[in-house]
Amino acid sequence: MSKIDLSVNIGSLKLKNPVLLASGTVGYGNEISQLTDISKLGGIVTKSLSLKPRKGNPPQRIVETPSGMLNAIGLANVGVEVFIKEKIPFLKELNTTLICNIAASSIEEYVECVKILTSEETIQAFEINVSCPNVREGGLIFGNDLSSVGRITEQVRAATNKPIIIKLSPNVPKIADFAEIVKKEGGDAVSAINTLVGASFDIYTRKPKIKNVTGGLSGPAIKPVAIAKVLEIKRNVDIPIIGLGGIMNWKDAAEFMIVGASAIQVGTANFINPNAGNEIVDGLEEFCSQQKIIKLSEMIGSYQI
Amino acid sequence: MLIEKSILEAKRQLGERIFQIKLFSPRIAKLAKPGQFCNIKVSESDFPLLRRPFSISNVEGDSIYFLFDIHGEGTKILSEKSLGDELDILGPLGNGFNYDGDYSTAIIVAGGLGSAPFPFLTSKLDKKKVVSFVGARNSSLVLTEDLLNVQAATDDGSLGFKGTVVELLTDYVEKNNLTSFRIFSCGPNPMLKALQQICIERNYDCQISIECAMACGFGICQGCPVETTNGEGYKLVCKDGPVFEAKEVKL
Repeated sequence: MSKIDLSVNIGSLKLKNPVLLASGTVGYGNEISQLTDISKLGGIVTKSLSLKPRKGNPPQRIVETPSGMLNAIGLANVGVEVFIKEKIPFLKELNTTLICNIAASSIEEYVECVKILTSEETIQAFEINVSCPNVREGGLIFGNDLSSVGRITEQVRAATNKPIIIKLSPNVPKIADFAEIVKKEGGDAVSAINTLVGASFDIYTRKPKIKNVTGGLSGPAIKPVAIAKVLEIKRNVDIPIIGLGGIMNWKDAAEFMIVGASAIQVGTANFINPNAGNEIVDGLEEFCSQQKIIKLSEMIGSYQI
Repeated sequence: MLIEKSILEAKRQLGERIFQIKLFSPRIAKLAKPGQFCNIKVSESDFPLLRRPFSISNVEGDSIYFLFDIHGEGTKILSEKSLGDELDILGPLGNGFNYDGDYSTAIIVAGGLGSAPFPFLTSKLDKKKVVSFVGARNSSLVLTEDLLNVQAATDDGSLGFKGTVVELLTDYVEKNNLTSFRIFSCGPNPMLKALQQICIERNYDCQISIECAMACGFGICQGCPVETTNGEGYKLVCKDGPVFEAKEVKL
């Protein structure tokens, strides 16, 4: 088993295995590290950071839906300054690749965050969230607009030498166009997909179940959509893809890799099984062993259509 | 906190839709404190997707007890479990009640299923005088097992005082000229709100355990905020609570 090479590359970013924990489902690592071995993972993506702290949306923020959940957290986070002072020291000790997710309300704020954080050695790459469905400014206003995504990529590129991953919205007619512009403006990779916009109402009170009315749908319910979006990008654009959306186990992870993901992120599953990422690493290794695959990266984009 | 596969050892139906379950869960039992909760996966499949949070009702040796009512699909599945079934439990979670201190009377104020955490708390209050005010809509919903010196209140008067537990409480404090006491409370939001208002007005020492929909139960999803009264934004019910000082949060 130990002979199998699980490592993958996302542009210049080398991961010991393709399993990452998704932003917003792992906090800043401290809580989940009590329930799983983070050092065994390919890496973690920290909760979206903005320049200043954000207190997030009022309750109710989440609701369970068939095979999924809606969330409208509203990017609650500690802000860049507290992150550096209070969270980085812990993250430094985790012995895994740290990708820092950034969310902002303006192009200037994205650039400012990246400029401040790029000197932190612990951070190995940035994931730029242009697709949060739950905040008024930024979020989908950027994520649904090709030229905004292009400009953000271009300007963040100018602010750091570290790999940049743009997290794309599925709430667009043609996601490959967005991946194309990210590539053109110097982005290293794309993450696909962020949550889908959804809503849920109580039939007795006739009120929305979450205060923000709409939220981001995640969980197994969105996996087929995510698989289609990853495949669409893979068939149209030559850029590394980090696949996510409803991954619950190693079979889901393998499916994403086969349609073109170079790495995958585990999100909602962490809420239910905080050890899911570790189990996926083991599962993929065993699958390779059964399938006589020596390098896991051979599986990337190996679909037969 | 940890995840423990726990065997269902006993199940009792306490009312039309109310159940008590006992699980063999030695590692969680050893760590648990009154007022903490566990997040239980009620099925092995992805339906329902999320765990369900329940107060730890009591601890007895290597076993823990939970009290719940059938509220939706998750609790329905839980009520249908058979002895010997294994459940995946994450816990103990959150901060429990702080019952240390030199007050002389511990007053429990519980509404409906809000009685759940108090058998465990009561078992730790052996050095205090304990009085319990337990209320519900009607007599079939009043849960008093393993509580001490119980006075009941029901909305319809079918058991005990016709009115609310908050009225029972204020009456008791006034009639007995109580000065050294601490209130521990859990129940539906309207009850907690009424209690909170009285406690703030009269400067009563009071801790409330609050409920909120949550996903993870340990602070990573940020799904269970409660607004603080000091203007500093939100705390998380799962990680910073579920027990708060009554004056600390806006309900």
